[in-house]
Amino acid sequence: MSGAAPAVGVARPRVEGPAKVTGRARYAADVPMADLAFGIVVVSTVTRGRIRDIDVAAVQDMPGVLGVIDHRNAPRLNPDAGHFFGPDGGLQLLQDDVIPHAGRPVALVVAETLEQARAAAEALPVTYEVLPHDTDFSADHPAGRAAMALFDGPVDVGDVDRELAASAVVVRERYFTPEEHCSAMEPHSATAWWEGERLQAVDSNQGPFFIATVVATLFSLPLEQVRIRTEHVGGGFGSKGLCGPQLVLAVMGAMHFARPVRVTLSRNQVFLTTAMRPAIEQMVRIGADDDGRLRAIHHEAAFELSPLAEYIEGCTELTKTLYATPALRTRLTAVPLDILPPYSMRGPGAAPGSFALECAMDEVAERLGIDPLELRLRNEPTVGPASGLPFSTRNLVACLREGARRFGWASRDHRPRMRREGPLLVGTGLAATSFSVGAFPSTASITAEPDGTFTVVVNATDLGTGARTALTAIAADALAVGAEKVRLRISDSDFGPAWSAGGSRGTTSWAWAITEAAAKLRSSGDQGTVTVDTAQLLNDLPSRERHSYSAVFAEVTVDPATGEVRVRRLLGMFAVGRVVNPLMARSQVIGGMIGGLSMALHEEGVRDPVSGRHINADFAGYHISAHADVPDIEADFVPDYEPGIPMGIKGAGEIGNVGTPAAIANAVWHATGSRQRALPIRPDRVIEEHPLQ
Amino acid sequence: MAFHRLSTCAVALGEKGVALNEDTHSEILLHVNGVKHCLSVDNRTTLLDALRERVGHTGTKKGCDHGQCGACTVLCDGRRVVSCLMLAVAAEGAEVTTVEGLGGDGELLPIQQEFVRLDGFQCGYCTSGQICSAVGMLAEYAEGWPSAVTAPGSEPVLDAVEVRERMSGNLCRCGAYPSIVRAVLETAARGEVTG
Ligand code: FES
Ligand code: FES
Repeated sequence: MSGAAPAVGVARPRVEGPAKVTGRARYAADVPMADLAFGIVVVSTVTRGRIRDIDVAAVQDMPGVLGVIDHRNAPRLNPDAGHFFGPDGGLQLLQDDVIPHAGRPVALVVAETLEQARAAAEALPVTYEVLPHDTDFSADHPAGRAAMALFDGPVDVGDVDRELAASAVVVRERYFTPEEHCSAMEPHSATAWWEGERLQAVDSNQGPFFIATVVATLFSLPLEQVRIRTEHVGGGFGSKGLCGPQLVLAVMGAMHFARPVRVTLSRNQVFLTTAMRPAIEQMVRIGADDDGRLRAIHHEAAFELSPLAEYIEGCTELTKTLYATPALRTRLTAVPLDILPPYSMRGPGAAPGSFALECAMDEVAERLGIDPLELRLRNEPTVGPASGLPFSTRNLVACLREGARRFGWASRDHRPRMRREGPLLVGTGLAATSFSVGAFPSTASITAEPDGTFTVVVNATDLGTGARTALTAIAADALAVGAEKVRLRISDSDFGPAWSAGGSRGTTSWAWAITEAAAKLRSSGDQGTVTVDTAQLLNDLPSRERHSYSAVFAEVTVDPATGEVRVRRLLGMFAVGRVVNPLMARSQVIGGMIGGLSMALHEEGVRDPVSGRHINADFAGYHISAHADVPDIEADFVPDYEPGIPMGIKGAGEIGNVGTPAAIANAVWHATGSRQRALPIRPDRVIEEHPLQ
Repeated sequence: MAFHRLSTCAVALGEKGVALNEDTHSEILLHVNGVKHCLSVDNRTTLLDALRERVGHTGTKKGCDHGQCGACTVLCDGRRVVSCLMLAVAAEGAEVTTVEGLGGDGELLPIQQEFVRLDGFQCGYCTSGQICSAVGMLAEYAEGWPSAVTAPGSEPVLDAVEVRERMSGNLCRCGAYPSIVRAVLETAARGEVTG
């Protein structure tokens, strides 16, 4: 064993940093390819209906056009292909003339150059039979039904109605969050080609192994015949977790034209065809005693989905674990509509769920006249309120207390509308939150090279999370060598099964496999190659409540004359297990908090009720936080260690988003005295008729 | 099909010469990072697509193709432009600098060093645009250009508020903004923008 200093816990710049600041880092659309043809997707302009005709002859002779693929000549796809939640009709592209939602791909136009493909795609005449659609979401929509119970199923603990009747105060409110778009800066791109019998593709996704299994199923190919690679990925946030339309269509193009075909979605198509967070309506009832002890929480959430694919927006998950309460009831309702199938967006379930729960808690504090911080502290559970399981670690109190100290919470006057600076109202708010952690089965192999270095192969993906850098450090420590001795290879479906980057479980899943492989290699005297699969180990992990925690504090200014809300300070304290690389971890949670700020103030997919289409499906219409919206943000970590997972790590990918919207909404109430129960907190929801004098 | 591609400049061109052939292609001389590229381009080709697909400089990214995100920012004669909104034929005669052309011989510019050191990116997709934009912005500031947040009539002072305002055309979905602002300010403090 060498005396290498530990790499885990040390702040280090990313290993791919120099490549990213010089433009050398290659993303899916950057890979050079001989004989490349370009495919442009044509999407439906109607929300429900049938294709009457696609007049291919009208574009066939345009310069450079190789041809058009539509439902009449596309390869047949296997309807069993799907994802975590079951078969996904969203993958069944160009299979029939049915239009299930606006923006559904109807054709792929392939040409020699981008310009030619785009010109032909724009010129392609598509006529439709238009059928009536329903995109009008509400919680009491008659089509609503219980959501799938794969996780976040309904919970009934104690007698909610009796406890509420016995409560000193009861808050009962509804909360609304709109359709939101992941909006990774890199539009989805795939290049597919055949090498002999093997289908090859370079694709922007969150997990090439999983994507390869979907492509193999979809095109009825043996898995060994499919190889999917990614290198650098320009963000995912959930939208690249599924096999995207770019890949399905690029593969069809490669099959049809027998040459490499690249399909890159336009920004508009990224909005229309890749995962979005569904619109959600929530009802929260909380009853509490005079002293702030909770007697009951009742949390129901309804979300929209598509009949094409199951999905669960688990809004009530954190309600089952965050506070002690003798009575608890949760329900999830799914409302099928004529929309793109929604899917996980950063902090799925938890981000909207925490907005409802933590705003309602703030209202309980207001009604009782107690410090919102104190209300949280008084309701710390000793075991999971729904599960009855012990907590593996629970450091929410440390986050709340340390965050409050740094933020200067103690000097806050808890009454609303007490601070004024010229024409502006000023307020502060907080939110507590948790995000479940764990790991999924993965494989990894490590080879001891003759020159004393180690090649570590694991099917991880680095979406900007810093996985390359973090896993290199983890492997170095597990092998007890310096990080410079580790060569990490990731993101190639040939590397074998591994969990994708998602669910805040990427790093834990991959790190587990790496540490296991390293232990085996070391016990065999650092010789040869060792390959491990963690499936069995994960089965042996005892059941516990396992979560990351955070407390978020916000200070806002509100201009009641314009309705403009600006976030002036934002502070997050996090308990995310052992921090592998403080520099990157801080970036990640700050990025999450900015995502939360953006959700609180800016983001809203708007549909035209008449056409059913999105009317703001680009970055001019759908604003995501820009430089000028974002203050300097403070984020830090309390000591934390997850005993069940190797190296004591948890995950930090999503918890940053969660909590921030509620903290901001609560600060807006504190500034103005008006509750904001619908996001985003738009100027028209805030503006006051009689400006301050 | 009336399509053909010229592999070399078939027509002798002057520095600014443009020759139109019958299928709406033009032969242009594109100056990129100090190198002249003689290209026959489809007139519809944007500067962004010409850089990426014809010159092979894929460091410049396409985030929206509509001038809404800043990912494609490059420098034309030292001024920042979104290359998706400029036609390649309109870039003739301009000295185009992309992220690949900023540093020299494997050396990173101070701004690039600060981005790495302070973690001014996560996925890195917006980074080329942020860096080119920062270089252009610092030059604008050095020339005394005010911004929307500069107090009227006063000299701008480069602080975080000025940097945020001036960099707001460059979106970053990973939310690396605070580190980007710090990297820009540190670079300005080092007093050597372009190395
Ligand atoms: S790609 Fe040019 S501004 Fe977005
Ligand atoms: S670093 Fe990912 S978009 Fe900016």
